Amino acid sequence: MERVPVLKIGDILLVSIQIDMEDQVALQLQEDLAERIVATGCHGVIIDISALDIVDSFVGRTLATIAAISRVLDAETVVVGMRPAVAITLVELGLSLPGIRTALNVELGMDLLAREREDNGDDDEETNGLEGAETPAVPAP
Amino acid sequence: MTLSADEAARFAVVLEDHQEALVTFWTDRVAATLRGRLSHAELQRQNAELRRGFQQALAGSAQDLSGEAATELRAQLAELSATRARQGFSTTETAVSIFSLKDAVLAALDTQGQVDAATLRDYIAFSSFVDEAALFTFDSYVRVREELIADQAEQLLELSTPVVKLWEGVVAVPLVGTLDSARAQVVMERLLQTLVDTGSPYAIIDITGVPAVDTQVAQHILKTVVAARLMGADCIISGIRPQIAQTIVALGIEFGDIATKSSLADALRYVLTQTGKKAR
Repeated sequence: MERVPVLKIGDILLVSIQIDMEDQVALQLQEDLAERIVATGCHGVIIDISALDIVDSFVGRTLATIAAISRVLDAETVVVGMRPAVAITLVELGLSLPGIRTALNVELGMDLLAREREDNGDDDEETNGLEGAETPAVPAP
Repeated sequence: MTLSADEAARFAVVLEDHQEALVTFWTDRVAATLRGRLSHAELQRQNAELRRGFQQALAGSAQDLSGEAATELRAQLAELSATRARQGFSTTETAVSIFSLKDAVLAALDTQGQVDAATLRDYIAFSSFVDEAALFTFDSYVRVREELIADQAEQLLELSTPVVKLWEGVVAVPLVGTLDSARAQVVMERLLQTLVDTGSPYAIIDITGVPAVDTQVAQHILKTVVAARLMGADCIISGIRPQIAQTIVALGIEFGDIATKSSLADALRYVLTQTGKKAR
């Protein structure tokens, strides 16, 4: 089975998805990332999906799960590079990917993570409206 | 009523024998209705060609316009109406160009002395053939005009949805005119593509030029904003006029946590303070 590589750059783990996201690949990525975050102690994860033509509901949910898992492990996740066509399809399907932070490209994603780290811990201020909705992996308190 | 093979052949002969007088008479008639907007020489040439078309169709014993023998005539008629439609002539003027052939033929028959009953019956059959030709012209005329309108609508769509860069990292879409589904789709695609191309994390949607906001228009705008958010860009809606604000509230449209400003200037100031805060 194909695997998505996870690269460590400074304090950030970079994942660039260049292959079709089949369900198994998505689940494997979820496991790999959790292990790597713990192993490296990184505080940020950037997932680049600019090569993805299709994001279905399963991939969307896996991304949300990854974001929730990494938050538990004290790492912030940013999904970057979503294509306009993908965004339009997701909106038409009514999937707004709750709990996922997004940026236009890797550079802006790194800026976003850097700002987060500066604000250090005061997550409440940074919480945007999208995060109000619950993600599947974290049950409501 | 269709032409019999005999009638067709007889008329082919008439058209051939009287061609000079026929074309002159016909051209005079058409020139009178068009009132000098086409030169006499040009009309003469067109009519001479059309006469040849009719003559050949009839000589090939075409019973009606849909037959094999009339293929060339049909092409000629379509060509004529297409040119007339583009030059801005009315439907009547275009149809009369064909109908006048009947007058011309009648005049040609008349010069032979008296017209007997048999000739008149022939003439009526022939005249229905010409009617058919004129109706065909009418159809092609309308088709060409519809194509023209569709082309123009498409061009207008292209023209009316610019995305402009306002500041480093800030783009704006000034919406002018009514937003229907087709336009909303074009606006959405173009805005999102520009966000990717320029890497701008902020977009301002200015609705000053939108005459009315109903639930459907609001839905389109909301979809655009949510799609932009998914891609990691923030949208601000600006240019909300007082009446529009009242309508929005009266209709119970919720913009949620999307920032709305009354003017484009306010929106730009808001974005700049936001980026200033983030860049500290």
